[in-house]
Amino acid sequence: MTEEVETKDAIKTQEYFVNMGPQHPSTHGVLRLMLELDGEIIKRVIPHIGYIHRSIEKMSEKDSYRQIVHLTDRMDYLSNHMNNEAVCLLVENALEVEVSDRVKVIRTIMSELTRLSSHQLWWGVMGMDLGALTTFLYAFRDREMINDIFEETCGARLTVNYNVPGGVMFDIHPNFQKRVKDFIKHFKTKLPEYDRLLSDNVIFRQRTEGVGILSKEDAISYGVTGPTGRASGFSNDTRKHKPYSAYDRVEFKEILMDKGDTFSRYKSRILEMWESISIIEQLIDNIPEGEIQSPAVKQVIKLPAGEYYQSVETARGELGVYVVSDGQKSPYRLKFRSPGFSNLFVLDHMVRGYKIADLVAMMSTIDLVIPDIDR
Amino acid sequence: MDNESLKTKIAQWVPNAEFEETGTSKAQLLNVIITPDKLLDVAYKLRNEEDMKFDFMFSLTCVDFPEHFMMVYHLRSTQTWNEVVLKVKMEDKEKPQVETLCHIWRTAEYHEREVYDLFGIVFKNHPDLRRILLDEEWEGYPLRKDYVDPVNMISL
Repeated sequence: MTEEVETKDAIKTQEYFVNMGPQHPSTHGVLRLMLELDGEIIKRVIPHIGYIHRSIEKMSEKDSYRQIVHLTDRMDYLSNHMNNEAVCLLVENALEVEVSDRVKVIRTIMSELTRLSSHQLWWGVMGMDLGALTTFLYAFRDREMINDIFEETCGARLTVNYNVPGGVMFDIHPNFQKRVKDFIKHFKTKLPEYDRLLSDNVIFRQRTEGVGILSKEDAISYGVTGPTGRASGFSNDTRKHKPYSAYDRVEFKEILMDKGDTFSRYKSRILEMWESISIIEQLIDNIPEGEIQSPAVKQVIKLPAGEYYQSVETARGELGVYVVSDGQKSPYRLKFRSPGFSNLFVLDHMVRGYKIADLVAMMSTIDLVIPDIDR
Repeated sequence: MDNESLKTKIAQWVPNAEFEETGTSKAQLLNVIITPDKLLDVAYKLRNEEDMKFDFMFSLTCVDFPEHFMMVYHLRSTQTWNEVVLKVKMEDKEKPQVETLCHIWRTAEYHEREVYDLFGIVFKNHPDLRRILLDEEWEGYPLRKDYVDPVNMISL
């Protein structure tokens, strides 16, 4: 008998590699993952990036600051407003120009609408990655309303380019306030539906709870920001710690979780949507009067020689812009600290020992946008 | 810990460190400029000293100046939200080399690969120093100021 058991133990599976992507639906873009597998168990994940690298940092060294703003929403296209805002805030702070209260409030409302639309899309594809197509249709129904609001005020639905250094491109459309209020009223009835459909689903809970745990220490060491880091208890919300625009005059909670598993990362985004709704509600009826663009920002912008860093909170985490200026109309060096780049590489640490299906769920809750990683 | 006391403390560790303040008048960041051989020591202390604990590296990059390369590390403490910029001045433009910091901050591993890819800085003791964004066969380092690519670059 013992001999038989020994023979059984001697059978070993050979470790092998499987290529996931760059055209895999759950990588949400051109990300390629090399999976080192032992049977179905993942031993290691090696991300290969750069398929959509457009050298935005090199291009910025030749562009003017007004042009650079237009490049930024091609990075994280789901956080377009916040990306634009990062460069605009940097220029305004470096020139020591104060924008009007009206601009600040409009920017904050726009940013929160963008965050909502980004989280809606994330929720839709998260369900789809785990096999529930319905969520995608529900999410896109609601996201369409936000895109319509953007289209009316900004003239574009995705690459909006609404922020310019010193203010915003146009004043808000006369319908803006009404449509935002309509949307909020509609969405407040739909968000509990999201919970009923996915958050409380038994299969979904079993696939996400206790899976892919990321500790707070690792989140900090890997530089994981945004809802992904906050689900591990890492307080990193730039809106709270270094308030910009109108975030210092609204009340909202920073959503912090302690478990750090896939479900916490999921739940933190759902709760964050409620906070965004609350921020918009506080501001939408109180948009102060004021000028739309500050005349202090000239057409050709030259930043004083020096170094500047500005961060904003996008839907994925902290986006930082680091500029070395030599006093010319283009930066000497510009670096984007993109949240996706840091967040992606924690995947290998998280996923070891789990199965491929768990990897798909984890990748969804990191909420990757590949152009943001590749820049 | 404010910038002044931070400066005093670092000056004790590295007597020849240079200091400057950058940023806007509202938000001043302390810059600490050191030589490559001091990097590991200073980085380790900034991460672990009791009243500093700069445990979050939120940006790592490089700047190509005419006379030298400058590595730029942005550090933040998640306890106090204090920030400091650590810079390493590399006078050797032919063979720029610096120690890796990926054993102190894990995120450095991938940011260093990016800097290696685009600037050609070699990180000593890095576990996996390969190009990250460009092809393995790519020639040259695009973010250097003297980089020319007649095919893919449009000069304005």
